[in-house]
Amino acid sequence: MSRRPYIRKVERNWFLSQRRYTLYMTRELTSLFVLLYCVFLTLGVVRLSQGQAAWDGFVTTASSPLGVIFQLVCLGFAAFHSVTWFAVTPKAMPLMIKGEPVPDKTIIAVHYALWAAVSAVVLIAAGV
Amino acid sequence: MAKSNKPLLWLPFAGGGLVSALITPALILVTGLLVPLGLLHLPYDKLAGFAHNPIGKLILFGVIILPAWHGAHRLRMTAHDLGLGNGVLVKGACYGTAWLVIIASADALLSI
Repeated sequence: MSRRPYIRKVERNWFLSQRRYTLYMTRELTSLFVLLYCVFLTLGVVRLSQGQAAWDGFVTTASSPLGVIFQLVCLGFAAFHSVTWFAVTPKAMPLMIKGEPVPDKTIIAVHYALWAAVSAVVLIAAGV
Repeated sequence: MAKSNKPLLWLPFAGGGLVSALITPALILVTGLLVPLGLLHLPYDKLAGFAHNPIGKLILFGVIILPAWHGAHRLRMTAHDLGLGNGVLVKGACYGTAWLVIIASADALLSI
């Protein structure tokens, strides 16, 4: 007799049944949009390496309605990734200083401050 | 102790998660909103100059490939949650895309 392990049937849309499952799936699917935007950036550096005309073409594509919609969707998911990533950081990497645990709120606040600082550097470097 | 290649996957995964959390929204804000609105310009000379500098190359490479690796690895795990399994196709699509990003961006940046 062969062993017949029980395999529980999983519905394809299981994550829609509860709000927290939906939030979980939204959080995990941020990875898809982060990856897609990186593919888009790769296209950008490839075009940059091909000279002025190729780069200008890339900027035009990025500024087209379709390009903007794609990037705004990516922006929404990327920002959701940031917020959820900072929220789990104290759980993933609890920090002790002089034998005392650093409060979750402090760890999260430091990450938000870093986020603001890095974003400011990017905007300044881009010429704001 | 059993050898495992998992730390090699996790380290860039966690690093990429942090890098993308800190920098990706700002990058999208620039390329997807401020430039299209005409509030910012990304002239060829300025960007090519930045990418010509070794440190500039390294920065661009890092902000592209680390989030890409993070996204690819996490997407593979999410595919399992979506009932797509953990087969060669899923692995190939996720890590294949990440490797394409790594090789294409390295090749482009090195030639600038």
